[in-house]
Formats: sequence, structure tokens, C-alpha cells
Amino acid sequence: MSTGSNGKANGHPSAAQIVERAQALYEDLSFTSARRWKSADESRKVVGYMPIYVPREIVHAAGALPLGILGGGDQMEVIHGDAYYQSYICRIPRSTIELGVTGRLDFVDGMLFPSICDVIRNLSGMWKLMFPQVYVRYFDVPQNYADEIGGNYYANELSELREDLGRLAGREITDDDLRRSITIYNENRRLVRELYRLRAECPWNAPAPEVYLVLRAGLVLPVEEHSAMLRDYIAAARAEERPIRDNCRVVVTGVFCEQPPLNLIKSLELAGCYVVDDDLMLVTRWLTEDVPTDGDPLQNLAAAFLHHSENTAAKYEPDQGKKGKYLVEAVRRSGAEGVIFASPSFCDPALLERPMLQHVLKDAGIPYIAFKYAENSGQMQPIREQAGTFSDSIKLWSGA
Amino acid sequence: MTTKPARPVATARPAPAPKVVEKDASMLKQKAMMAAHYDRLSDAPETGAKVCSTFVPGNLNELVMCFDLLNNLPEVNAIQSGLRRQSGSYVLEAEKIGHSEDVCTYVKSDLGMMAKGNIGPNGRRLPDPDVLLLSYTGCFTFMKWFELLREQYKCPTIMLHTPYMGDGKITPNMIQYMVKQLKEEVIPALERVSGVKFDIDRLREYLKKSAEAEDDLVWVLQSARKRPSPIDAYFGGIYYIGPIFGAFRGTDDAIDYYRFLREEIADRLAKGEGPVTPDGDMGSERYRLVVEGPPNYTNFRQFWKMFYDEGAVVVASSYTKVGGTYDLGFRHDPAKPLETLAEYCLGVYTNRSLPMRVEMLSKYVEEYEADGLLINSIKSCNSFSAGQLLIMREVERRTGKPAAFIETDLVDPRYFSAANVKNRLDSYFQMIEQKRGGARPVKEAAA
Amino acid sequence: MKTFVGIDLGSTTTKAVLLDEGGAVLGRGITNSRSNYGTATRVASEEARIDARFTLFRRELQGAREASDIDEFLGALERAFRLEQFLEQLADLEQTCLAQIQGERFETAADGVREVLAEVFRQLRAEAPALFAPGAKRKSDFFRDLAGSRYLAIAEDVARAAGVPYNLVVNVYDKSIIAVENRPPSGNLSEKFRRALDRMLAGGSASGAGAREVQGPIERALGIDLDETWLVGTGYGRVTLPFSKEHIRSEILCHGLGAHMMYPNTRTVLDIGGQDTKGIQVDPRGIVENFQMNDRCAAGCGRYLGYIADEMNMGLHELGPMAMQSDKPARINSTCTVFAGAELRDRLALGEKREDIIAGLHRAIVLRAMSILSRSGGVSDEFTFTGGVAKNEAAVRELRKLVQENYGEVTINIDPDSIYTGALGAAEFARRAAAGEAAPTELAGDVS
Repeated sequence: MSTGSNGKANGHPSAAQIVERAQALYEDLSFTSARRWKSADESRKVVGYMPIYVPREIVHAAGALPLGILGGGDQMEVIHGDAYYQSYICRIPRSTIELGVTGRLDFVDGMLFPSICDVIRNLSGMWKLMFPQVYVRYFDVPQNYADEIGGNYYANELSELREDLGRLAGREITDDDLRRSITIYNENRRLVRELYRLRAECPWNAPAPEVYLVLRAGLVLPVEEHSAMLRDYIAAARAEERPIRDNCRVVVTGVFCEQPPLNLIKSLELAGCYVVDDDLMLVTRWLTEDVPTDGDPLQNLAAAFLHHSENTAAKYEPDQGKKGKYLVEAVRRSGAEGVIFASPSFCDPALLERPMLQHVLKDAGIPYIAFKYAENSGQMQPIREQAGTFSDSIKLWSGA
Repeated sequence: MTTKPARPVATARPAPAPKVVEKDASMLKQKAMMAAHYDRLSDAPETGAKVCSTFVPGNLNELVMCFDLLNNLPEVNAIQSGLRRQSGSYVLEAEKIGHSEDVCTYVKSDLGMMAKGNIGPNGRRLPDPDVLLLSYTGCFTFMKWFELLREQYKCPTIMLHTPYMGDGKITPNMIQYMVKQLKEEVIPALERVSGVKFDIDRLREYLKKSAEAEDDLVWVLQSARKRPSPIDAYFGGIYYIGPIFGAFRGTDDAIDYYRFLREEIADRLAKGEGPVTPDGDMGSERYRLVVEGPPNYTNFRQFWKMFYDEGAVVVASSYTKVGGTYDLGFRHDPAKPLETLAEYCLGVYTNRSLPMRVEMLSKYVEEYEADGLLINSIKSCNSFSAGQLLIMREVERRTGKPAAFIETDLVDPRYFSAANVKNRLDSYFQMIEQKRGGARPVKEAAA
Repeated sequence: MKTFVGIDLGSTTTKAVLLDEGGAVLGRGITNSRSNYGTATRVASEEARIDARFTLFRRELQGAREASDIDEFLGALERAFRLEQFLEQLADLEQTCLAQIQGERFETAADGVREVLAEVFRQLRAEAPALFAPGAKRKSDFFRDLAGSRYLAIAEDVARAAGVPYNLVVNVYDKSIIAVENRPPSGNLSEKFRRALDRMLAGGSASGAGAREVQGPIERALGIDLDETWLVGTGYGRVTLPFSKEHIRSEILCHGLGAHMMYPNTRTVLDIGGQDTKGIQVDPRGIVENFQMNDRCAAGCGRYLGYIADEMNMGLHELGPMAMQSDKPARINSTCTVFAGAELRDRLALGEKREDIIAGLHRAIVLRAMSILSRSGGVSDEFTFTGGVAKNEAAVRELRKLVQENYGEVTINIDPDSIYTGALGAAEFARRAAAGEAAPTELAGDVS
């Protein structure tokens, strides 16, 4: 596996080198790099989290490593995980349990299960029963966006989390710790947004599979290292001059939890679709603006959550007039010509949200297609065909 | 020596001649109440009554009544569609208009029913809601469901978010959050919709009535601790919970019904009688089960028959706790009207963490002296189903009693395979029998 | 003597096992399930009774002759008997076919068809002995399979030569075969055995020398009455089993008990059948402690291999050997039968090797079975693997590997006759039921 240092030529790694490193991290189902980080100092703790969002700043402020757990992908055979789930439940909890029972997460001291759906919610309780030595928290977030109501509730939840993680890490988390971490994550989010802007501008230089891998590395690397990787990749990608293909430009939506196989993302581009925006790994850019670093850090995190956070199926939209408009905005912002709904099979939030989003797109005159996948889908032919046809029809339509 | 004729071919029991089954009086009363309510709903356009749609878990009927609103429960409508064998076509209709085959069939049954004219169980059109009270408890799908309804009805929608009991406890933060939502958003919005000013004393009055009926319901459910159990706490229990989980909690009707039901059950208990089934009195009680998960409604009678034909009675179930866990001690408390509503929502079964559910089911197996836990896993409902296989394993481990797992759906007939279910149930019953150590009595088939 | 019958009605085959009072297996029989469970039951138990006769013959012959002699003799007797039975069914088929020659479409061709039939059946009879000659390989022992393809092949030539429309000759066959199949050989069994013996002796087979001395023991064995004391049926189709309730036991329990009888140290049983996969845990007495089956989705069951075989244009039995040639199984993530064909074509198109894909499919099935086992409580020593897929060496290879990886060293039992596991358990239930039956009845009588 290549590392940041040995990949450098002229002081700057090439895009290919960075991607190679990110891919090695992606393929490593034993989380070697996080294990190495932890073993460097015996006081270090690792706190896992699942999609869709947790305030990683608090974990970071405790001196712990937030570790994104996104299932087992298409390279892991699931035996025991399947024993816990019926056929009509999505894949990610199965492979996550497989990771747990096969000891691949035995170095993880805590697990946070965000409020995303009933399956992940229940997995939090399963984890408590199956791994009693691990700190487990179901991380609830408000569905009420008034400062005095949802905001207070959320700030108190954050405060509980802060105490719990402080106990876990064996140190008190001070306001200054939090402010420092917020600063570091603000920087990371700025870089992620920049990466997304870059891709929207010239998707040929920042292909979706590369952006995916670089983003995904941020779920296992310490944030500082990830920010460096982002900076390097952005610089390298800017400098690339890759051939421009006659592809259409699409936003991919629905991929916020169970991960599409890397092959699926590759297939979309091969089939003629440049991905110019998506809802992959929303945790990396959930808060859409910098969180203020002065004042009460928890209140600031709460306010950012209430007023400046991404929209997605797991969040209630109080205003019918605004329902689904975020997707139209994403299309406009990224200059996309269409939307691909890629939803994990049996994903209640994505699949129940889908018709409402489709109505909004229809009203806005934005074309779309939809298909389902599983994290271990092996068969890309139907997806290539659909995406290819979609791309052709968009090109015909815009050329007419 | 000659032996008994062993060839049993074609000696299967003849189907029992159709007989008029004396329904228990409480069931007739229950049906009359439900029918009256559906008529009130259908009459709403003429009477001018306003309609509030909401959910069974987290149903705030007392509050809804404070604003003279009629309580309409899409879940119950879906159940009715299932029982009337309409749900299959409704689900297909919803899939036709773009809903995934993967998602909750309650939602699809409801949306499909709307698309097909919204005809209720009384054969009359159900009114459009004037307000959607999105009391979001124990199920993420509720949120999407009402967003979908809002898209269609374009009516005011009120969110009441109930935090999940992930750590097995209710914290002051949760109560404050909910009370604040009630005070500052839910109640003002209901006042706006209804034009009725909120009167907290009126709420207290309703809450007092709720508690009274709740006492009797708990008595009835706990009568199943006796041997033989005078009730079936799952198939029969579904009738018992109808009024209190729906539009009757907090009413005199509910008090009357539960008093009446209690007397009826007390009578059965005194006589040493078992549960009443659609085919009349059940034969002798041979298996006592705790059941986790909702039932199947599309083949409800057939499903139930698979139990009572074998002498299996359900002595406790989690499904009868989705609209409140009264048997665990909760009562609506007029002394703290808003807090009690919050506590009520927080405590419903599906809002409880998995460890809490394991605890509760294990306790049921022990307290109700059950032979084991049976899980009916519902394709539709991830809130219930995700993790049930671990629940099964844990309850088995804690109680030492065998558990079994069957799979159906609430209202989608495509997920009910009678042969499959019966195969597993019979295996389970015979396994219990075998584990008791005795060979299965051979002659009881005549019973 | 008292016998106890267990019947296992499967979706494709029906199995019967006959036990004696001591619980020893007297005979086993199998037939295709057809669409008629009643007939399948009759045929399978008839087959088991025939098999039981051979057991009895052996018991009578024991001591009188050398063991190898007995084997040889009984082998010859069985071939002769099967031939007798085949000829009898052939005669039945001919009569049935002749009776079908009626109605408008035969108006002009009736005589021609009759002549063709006469010739076809003459030829079928003529080649029948070769079918049951020593060492002859029959692709199946079911009458339909044996007679059907030869009938059609011969009839085509004969009809062409005679200028009779072939489709008419096929038509009478199609209309007759189901009836014949559903009419199990009815003649007196003992008579058939005697005729078979005569045929053997007349043919001067190898055992002819001591022929006379076998007739005594054979007659003694034929003289034993086989009373069907109790019968228990099981099988997935139990809901429509042609038995009354007290004669039915769950297939899970039968399977667990059957595995226990074959391997008394069994604690975990895996059965992969055509339609379902079962993981069963049994206690030291063979009592089921826990079980899990695949859910309503039949992915990963034996049927899946059938689809694959069809898709690849291969025989089901060729899949295992082909998979064994692979040392690098492809990673197949879906065992969904609906997608199997598409996934297969997709991979072939991508240039993956057939044997690797097939090996990957076997692994996928076994992985699913491993999950069901895990769900039922894991694998404990000893572990007994049954069902059609247990005959597939590639599946067995993967299973051994995965069991070792996940549960360590475990004794794995695979009986070549594991197809009878359920029927064996059912027969034992029958034996126990009959033993326990008298008491309650008498007791009830006493009390009243």
C-alpha cells in the first residue's frame, strides 16, 4: 500500500498516486490504518459511526478517531450477518454485523448509530446486546427546527454525547477542545465543497470513482490527514488534462447510506454520465456553512444542524412548498442535465422519498431514471444499459 | 395377529359443517363502536366535523378530541382493507403509481385506497383530512407516509417528534422537548385548524377517562396468566385493543366497553373456559405462546385457525402494546397532562430499544408461563422486524424456552404463504411437544 | 410381521422407508411425486416393500451361503424381478394405448396405429432384457423414464416405415403414460418374485448351480406377512398430504430424527433440498431443539442449481464435476434465481471461465446455507449433511471449507442415501406411535 509520503514526486503526489492510496484504504476491511493510528498511543480511542451524520467534532475533541463504518462492500462474504436479517432488509446492517462478529471492529471502543431509519436504529440495540463492552449510542437528532425546541433538545443531546465521550476518552472535553475541532472540520468541509465544485466544473479531471475514493478515505483517516489528501488531490486534479468525453451530466441521489459498489460508479461514467453531484457520505459536508468558532460550541453545532445542513430523506421537511427543492437546486448548482435515482434495495427512506422527489423534478422539467442496487451487486449490465440510454436521450433532447 | 388398519389415506377430517358461531357479546359491541366511528367519519362532509389523521403509536386522541376533531387512523384503514381483502389491489395500485415494491405495504395500501376512491370499510368514502398530525413515534416510515399524504391533500401537517428510547430510558430532555413541541407548535396549530381554543381541563377530563379504561384493559390482558387462558392475547387481543388504540381512548364508550369486556372475561375465567375463536370455543389449551410482531390481516382467520386447531393460545403479545404499554404500568395522568402525553408516546412498544424488547418478551414468557416465543416477522415493518432474529436468540437464551420464526406481511397477500407458515408452526408445536418429553398423544385428532 | 412405514412426500420425489419392530430398516422405496401424492405414496411404499423382501431373502439365505454368493444371487434376482415388473407395466401401457385409439382423428389411421403399436411394443419387449442385464446402466428406475424415450424413438422409425402419422402414435402414448404411471404394478408380488426366480433359473444364470437350494429360503421369506402396522407421512406438501392428522409429523422433526438414526452423534443437520434449506439442531436423543429454514425466497436452494444447469444447457449432475475443475471460484453475490441467468450471461460475456462461475455459484449456495445454520445456532459436532445437494461434490467441498473456517474441526457425515432421511425419521415416529398407541386407547376404555 502506498502512503502519502512515498508517493510524492516533486513534493506533490499525482492524482493517480492519491487515488491508489485511497483505494487501498477502501479495500482494507480490517481498517489497518485506523488500527495503526490507535496503537501509536495506548490512550487513543476509536469511535465508529454509521451514515448519515454525527458531529465528528465532538469525537475529535475527545482525542478519539471518528471511524466511518459503511458496511462491507462487494468484497466481503457475509455469513453470520445474514443470520440476523430477513431477506427483505437491506445489506448494510448485515455486513456491518459481519464486520463486528468477525473481529474486524474489535479495536473500536464506541459506536454511534445515527437517526436515519428503523433498521440502523434497531442495529444500535443489537450492538448493545452483541458487543456489551463497546460504548453504543443511538444518536438522535431533532425533527423540529426551532431553536428553542429542537435546538435546545439537540444541544442537550450533544452535551450528553460530550460527557459520554469524555468518559470514554478519560478526559474532559473543554469548549476550547471543541472550538479547535470545529475549526479543523470547517476546513475539511471547505475542501470537500471545493472538490465537489471542481468536479462540477470539469468532471473529466475529477472522475466520480476518484472523488468517491478520496472522499471515502476521509471516513477512516484522521481529519487532518484527510484534509491534506483533499488539498493534494484538488491540486493534482486541477493540473490534469484528461480527454473530455461527450457525456451528459447527472446528479446521483439515494446513495446516502448503503454504498453503491465502486463498479457501479465506474459504470455510470463508462455509460456516458458524468456525476456532477451526489449524496454520498453526507457526513463530510452535512453542515453547509462554517460553524462559528466563537461562543458556545455546542449551541453553534446545534444551530448549524438546524439551519445550515443538507437535506435528505431522513429529515422532515416542514414546508410542503420546499419539499424536494434541494434536489432541483443541486441540479442547477452543478449544471446537471438529469438525475439518477440509485437506491439500495429495501431502503425505506430513499424509496419512500423517491416518488416525491420525482414529482418535483417532473414539475421542474428535469429528466430522471431510477434503479436499485445492493452494496454487493455484481451485475452492472442493466445499470450500464439504463444509464447509457439515459445519457443518449439527454444528448438527443438537448441537441434537438 | 391382525393390526389396526394403518392405511390412513383419505381419512382426513371432514371440514366442519358451517355453523352459526355465537360471537362474544364484547366483540359485537366493539364492532358496533368501530362501525359508528366510520360512519362519523363518512358523515363528516355533511356534519362539518373536521378530521385529523394520525397514527396508532403516539395517538393523541385526548388532545385531538379537545379540538372537536375526528380521529382518522390510516393504519387502521389499512388493516380494515386487509381484512376485507382489498389491500392486495391497493398495494398494486400504489406500486403502479410509482411506489417501490420494497417499501411498507401499510403506506401503499393507504395510498392505493386513496387512488381508488378512498372507500372505507363501511362502503362509504372516507373524508379528506383537515390536518395531518404526524405523531412520529417508533417508526421512520410514518414521516414519509404523511409527507406523501401532505403532497396529496395539501393540508396543514403537524410534526410531533418523539425521540427514541435508545438507551432504555426517558430523560428529562426528551420530555421537555416533547412538551415544548406540544405547547408551542402542536396545540397552536390544532387551534388554528379547528378554531377551537385549547382547554387544559378538558384534556384532564379525557385523560382521567383514559386511565379508567386502561385499568380494565390491563386486567383483561393479564387474565392470560391463568391456565387455561380465557383470552387469546394476540388474535383476540387485536379486537380488545381496537377502541383504546383508536378513536375511543378518553371516552365513556371506551370505559363502558372495557368494563363490559372485563366482566365477560371474568365470567369465562370463573367457568374455566378458554378463548373464543371464529369457530367457537377453542379446544383444550395445549400450547401457550408469546408472540412478537404484528399479525397478518389478509388471511387473518386462516392464520388464527392454524393456532387454535392445534390448541395453541397466545398468552401475551407485543403487538397489543404498539398503542401503549399499559401493562408495564403506564397510565395517562390528568395531573400532568402534557407530560403524560409525552411519556405515552415515548413508551409505545416500537419506540423501545431492542434490549428493552428482549427484556419485555422474556418477562412475558416467564410471567405468562409460555412454552416459548413465536415471532411473526412482517415484511412491511422494519421497525418491528429489523433485529427480530437477535431478539429470538436472546429470549431463547434467557428463558431456555424454544422460539420460532415465521414470515408474513400485514396487508400484502403476496407475502402470506399458508403452506410455509403452517409448516413452521406445526414443526414448532411438535417440537415443543417433543421437548416436553412425551410422545405426541395420538388420539387427540378426534378432538 | 409388524412393519412401520415412513413416507416423505417431496416436491420432486416421494420416499418410503419400512422399519421392523426393532427399528431396523427393512426396505426403502422412491418414486417421482407426480401431481398425485396418493399414488406417489402407494408406489413408494410398494417399492419399499419390494426392497424389504430382498432384506428378508437375505436374512433367510444368511448362513446357507457365502456372502458374496448371496450378493450375486440377490443382484440377479432383483434384475429379473425388475424386468418382470417392467414387462408387466409395458403390457399395461400397450393395452392403455390401444384403448386410446378411438375418435375422429383415428378414423382412417386406426388400423395403421394398431400395427405400429404392435411392432413398437414387440421391439420394446425384445430389448427389455438388455435393459436389466448385469452391468447395464439405466438412467433412471422410473418406468416413465425407461419406457418413454425408447417408445418415442422406436415409434418414430416404425411409424415412418409404415406411413402412419407419428403424432398419432405420440398422442396415444401421451394420453396413456400418466394413467399407467398412476396405476402401480398391481399383480401379486410373491408371484412376480417366483416368476423372476423361474426366469433366472431357466436362464441358467451364474447362480444356477445351487438354484434349487435357494427356493426354500425364498419361499420362507415370501411367506412372511408384512403388516403395515402404522404409517407416518411428512414432507413439505404436508398441508395436502393424503393422511389424517395423527399420521402426520413435521418434516423438520422427521429430518432431525432420521439424521440421528443414521448418525447417533449428530447435533446439527443441514438439508438442502430442491425448494428449501433447513438448519436443524438436535439433542442427543434426536429431538429437535431449534430449526431455521430459508425464508419465503427460495434463493440458494437446489432448484437454483437446476436453473443454472438449464441456462448452461448442462445436466444437473454435470455441474459439480465442472465446478471441481476450478481453483478460483468467481464471487457470485446473488443467489436469486430470478437474476441467475442474467448474471451468468453477463459474466460469460465478460470472459470469465465457466468452471469458475459454476464454482462460484456452488459457493454462493453454501454461503446461504451457512447463514441459515448460523441462524439456527451454528454447527456442532457431529454435523450431518443431507438432501440432493449433499451429492454434489463441489458443494460438499465448499461446505467442508466453510465449516472448518467458522466452526473448526467437526465431523461431517454424508450418507449416500441421505435422500431417505425424512422418511426414516417418519418411519421411526410410526414405530413409536404404534408402541405408544395401545396404552392411551386401552386406558381410555378402562376409564369410561
